[in-house]
Amino acid sequence: MALVEIRDVYKTFTRGAERIDVFTGLTLDVEQGSFTALMGPSGSGKSTLLNLIAGLDRPTSGTVRVNGAEVSAMTPAQLATWRSEHVGFVFQSFNLLPVLTAFQNVELPLLLTRLSKRERDERIRIALGVVGLDDRMDHYPRQLSGGQEQRVAIARAIVADPTLVLLDEPTGQLDAKSSQEVLTLLARLNDEFGKTILIVTHDPAASGRARRQLHLEKGTFVEQGSLVP
Amino acid sequence: MKIPITYNLRSMRARPVSTALTALGIALVVAVFIGMLALANGFASALVRTGSDQNVLVLRKGADSEMSSSIDRETASILASVPQAARGGDARAMVSPEVYVVIALGRIEDTTGMANVVLRGVSEQAWQVRQNVKVVEGRRPASGKNELCVGAKLVGRFPNTVVGQTMHFAGRPWEVVCHFTAGGSAFESEMWGENEQVMPAMRGQVFQSVSFRLADPGGFEEAKRSLEADKRFTVDVHRESEFYAQQSQLLGSILRILAVLITSIMAVGAIFGAVNTMYAAVSSRMPEIAVLLTLGFRPRSVLASFLIESAIIALIGGVIGCLLALPLNGLVTSTTNWASFSEIAFAFRITPGLLLAGLIFAVVMGMLGGFFPARRASKVPVVQALR
Repeated sequence: MALVEIRDVYKTFTRGAERIDVFTGLTLDVEQGSFTALMGPSGSGKSTLLNLIAGLDRPTSGTVRVNGAEVSAMTPAQLATWRSEHVGFVFQSFNLLPVLTAFQNVELPLLLTRLSKRERDERIRIALGVVGLDDRMDHYPRQLSGGQEQRVAIARAIVADPTLVLLDEPTGQLDAKSSQEVLTLLARLNDEFGKTILIVTHDPAASGRARRQLHLEKGTFVEQGSLVP
Repeated sequence: MKIPITYNLRSMRARPVSTALTALGIALVVAVFIGMLALANGFASALVRTGSDQNVLVLRKGADSEMSSSIDRETASILASVPQAARGGDARAMVSPEVYVVIALGRIEDTTGMANVVLRGVSEQAWQVRQNVKVVEGRRPASGKNELCVGAKLVGRFPNTVVGQTMHFAGRPWEVVCHFTAGGSAFESEMWGENEQVMPAMRGQVFQSVSFRLADPGGFEEAKRSLEADKRFTVDVHRESEFYAQQSQLLGSILRILAVLITSIMAVGAIFGAVNTMYAAVSSRMPEIAVLLTLGFRPRSVLASFLIESAIIALIGGVIGCLLALPLNGLVTSTTNWASFSEIAFAFRITPGLLLAGLIFAVVMGMLGGFFPARRASKVPVVQALR
């Protein structure tokens, strides 16, 4: 059984009188331990797909299952709990809380667990160690570079040991060098720690690191290679 | 676990001006709230402290104040031998037939304004009957002389009230021979002279009241029953403490209603201030809220977090408000006691309970102001806010 099972998903947005069909019967499996890049032009539905998998959005019809749980049928409160246990999310604009230190930002997901203060501290140190920022724990986001901020965000995404790490254009606001650092980190998370990674990206360098590339166009997957890499 | 309070505290510090202004708005409301209730408190406690449980005040039947009462000499002499009265060291009953008149005096500070001041003509026994009355300077007025003892709250507010000075009214000179305190009570706003001097000076033929001290405080009901049943005269018998408490009721409750009314109107303004601040806070932190929701914090945790933030700001305001109001404590002011139309001076009285009420009031304002913004925060559409 695949970790993520998307079955016959329809998603329609209405903007005023206008109806936009993003997906019309989309089906997709994402295997445990895979590293998948989701590519495609703007408006092809990449981010919407990511949001559906994370339970941030609901399909108009069809089912989204993650690890056997039907995400598309949960109540908002169930979703919140489920997300805290199973999903790590990384955003294009990092979205660290500016008033909290790197350490405190990474601690946030752990505040939703039953871990003791000592256990939390240990986990945070490990996560920040993995992303190579254990010497920047007490820095505030404004004191970090973009690449460092994104690495803190990745530490925050993995600290609670989620089933699935979802990244929405994680290198979109980074320079080439920082992008490489982040991508190397993702590859390592996949190789060494066996994390299942799903990344939405425009960046050929990013998709190149993935083991599997999926191209979305107008809400459907097109054959690999039909787009210029 | 909930969203850490550090997040709220630091977010408040990140926008110090709007936080401070909101807190200040609430502080002013709380200060006025406490100030006005301290006024009502002070007024009530001055009058309540005036009366003693052990003292009995006899008035003409139907009189609701000493002003409107009259007791003739014959009645007064019968009352002087009331069996329930306590006896002093000299074996004389502690009974004081008293003359109660109001005279107009110019104030020192505002010479154009006149104030009604109570002049009480008392017997020698009055000083034993009112055990809270203490001469603090000089000596008691001597019998047969136009001498006055001036209540402490009048000293310095009206001219010629210093010991040794002479006041002029009712066509006579009156020498001030002493000052007295009376535990902060309304007596401190009175001038006392001998009843036999005051009565003729004011062209009166009668006393206004007779006060006596009970030998046993439990003897009140018996004294009341026997005196009110006496066929020789028609009087009302009051326990002194109840009489003064009742006198404070009308003005006291008006002051309380005013306090509530004025602070309610001000509170609406302060609440809108809090609403505004919190809406601004929520809309500038949309992405942060969306991140918290994405991480798995529940909407109700977000709601609680913003409510707490609003409550903390309000609490800071409340503390500032208490500090602003505190200097009022003990400040003396005066008003006309509507029951006797005479001037009564009293002190603002701020109690711990009042301060606590102010703080609770502040937090309630904060919660009310914070509720709708907090609810909006908890309903942030995650996908749009993250874009």
